Amino acid sequence: MVSITGSNDKSAATERISWLERLNSNRNLLGFLFMLPAALVLLVFLAYPLGLGVWLGFTDVKVGRPGHFIGFDNYEWLFQDDIFWLSVFNTFLYTSVASVIKFAIGLWLALLLNRNLPFKSFLRAIVLLPFIVPTVLSALAFWWIYDSQDSVISWTLIEMGLLDQPIDFLGNPNNARASVIAANIWRGIPFVAITLLAGLQTISPSLYEAATIDGANEWQRFRRITLPLLTPIIAVVMTFSVLFTFTDFQLIWVMTRGGPINATHLMATLSYQRAIIGGALGEGAAIAVAMIPFLLAAVLFSYFGLQRQKWQQGGRDD
Amino acid sequence: MTNTTPDRNADSREGMVSLDSIPRKVVTVYIPLAIIVFVLLFPFYWMGVTTFKTHQELYSNRGLSALWIYEPTIQNVKHLLFETEYPRWLWNTMFVTVTATFLSIFCSVCAAYAIERLRYKGARTVGMLIFLAYLVPPSILFIPLSIMVFKLGLFDSSWALILTYPTFLIPFCTWLLMGYFRSIPYELEECALVDGATRLQILMKIVLPLSVPGLISAGIFAFTLSWNEFIYALTFISSAENKTMPVGVVTELITFDVYNWGGLMAGALLGSLPIAILYSFFVEHYVSSMTGAVKE
Repeated sequence: MVSITGSNDKSAATERISWLERLNSNRNLLGFLFMLPAALVLLVFLAYPLGLGVWLGFTDVKVGRPGHFIGFDNYEWLFQDDIFWLSVFNTFLYTSVASVIKFAIGLWLALLLNRNLPFKSFLRAIVLLPFIVPTVLSALAFWWIYDSQDSVISWTLIEMGLLDQPIDFLGNPNNARASVIAANIWRGIPFVAITLLAGLQTISPSLYEAATIDGANEWQRFRRITLPLLTPIIAVVMTFSVLFTFTDFQLIWVMTRGGPINATHLMATLSYQRAIIGGALGEGAAIAVAMIPFLLAAVLFSYFGLQRQKWQQGGRDD
Repeated sequence: MTNTTPDRNADSREGMVSLDSIPRKVVTVYIPLAIIVFVLLFPFYWMGVTTFKTHQELYSNRGLSALWIYEPTIQNVKHLLFETEYPRWLWNTMFVTVTATFLSIFCSVCAAYAIERLRYKGARTVGMLIFLAYLVPPSILFIPLSIMVFKLGLFDSSWALILTYPTFLIPFCTWLLMGYFRSIPYELEECALVDGATRLQILMKIVLPLSVPGLISAGIFAFTLSWNEFIYALTFISSAENKTMPVGVVTELITFDVYNWGGLMAGALLGSLPIAILYSFFVEHYVSSMTGAVKE
């Protein structure tokens, strides 16, 4: 960028241009500038709080009172806390049952929608509705559907003569667990179904043709073609589904607030209750941090599952 | 479905062999599909029916006759709009959602372009980190964030939400836009570079116009995510007039002595409408953003 010019004025202008040009050609510097806004937000409001949360778990901070480092006391205390273990059990029950059923019905729905149907795109659009409507609002609708006296399900069953008295959906521990899981499944099915449908549509029909000519029946075609080719997408979809179910808060908070007798408390709702309502920020943070190992395990599980799949298919590793 | 000899035609059209007879297809496809769709849509129907019923009708008709409205009324909606702070909550939600979405899209466009096209040192790693950032759930961040929000003096203000929502919007949008930018031929950029365009000009005049569908997808999805957000809004906002709609409905409309189901369902229905209308215009973009984020 050397230029020989006569007047000072002109050389200053050239210098400015050359500075701009240098910036334009220096990819690392330019990349840094482009990354700045996103990096700033994510470092300040995501990475820092994540670290702060881990630190808070080791302190006895209360609302309006700075805390002291107390080592593993919070965790030791939680370890002896039956309600904490109940919430861990509930979280696992909630996540495993809901995820398995969401996957089964979601895959089934995806296979049904992948057929040659009339009004296919309209169907696909309305199937997604439970996913786009705010969870809190659909949870309210479920709360009303599960009303102990005026539940529409109870009324209908009584009218049909199948039942004598209304079902106490949210008042009895096991009923409450089943009810919130059902609501979670209802909300999660569209996501699983529509993303798997997108995966199904990428499978070439000629594979099925060839298999049919070779005499494969419907089950064999599903087992040997559909399932293996769908596995990478299934892994990603189910990772997302498991992560969001595991850390669910809204549905439970609206419908039961963890009750009856803590039967539906998940780790997230217990953490909110102890930290924000009870004011024990340190203890709440410890409960939240206790979720991290499980989340990491889920992510790693699906990550390595995916790697293997890519390598098998000879895909590039990018 | 009037065609009774569809098999051969269907074969040539679909390129797939289907030997299903019509009755079999009804049992294996249409009936299960109808049941699933019915279950998925019933809560919305029930929301709507409850909203437009009078109080008397709601509690006098039970059983199957409750499934229909005999004396429709808009009393619940009127009450919600003129006697509660609901419009205010809607406005707050709209303000937070729109601001957070635009802020996130701006940050994401820059970041995605840098990762995908500038390919600075370590761009791959940063891309992976951003994907991981999307997997960090709000329910483990809300406690430390509430302390930060308090210390920054943002407690009980919309800005607390506008600054924290991008933590889950930016990773998602960046990831999505990276996929879109990758699909734009690099040759276009090379030509512009040779002609002396700066990177900024290339981004504004070539890449962005070509990725409008991607921008719409990311925008719609970000809008929905922030409209639905609950835990941050519940934790960071305390006064009734600053609440967002989901939080307002849950904390202010539920009065535990009398369950006003008509009013609550009206709140749920009206709160779902803006998002449903937006969604109905952009279904394809929405689906592509959802599936695109998963496929990458």
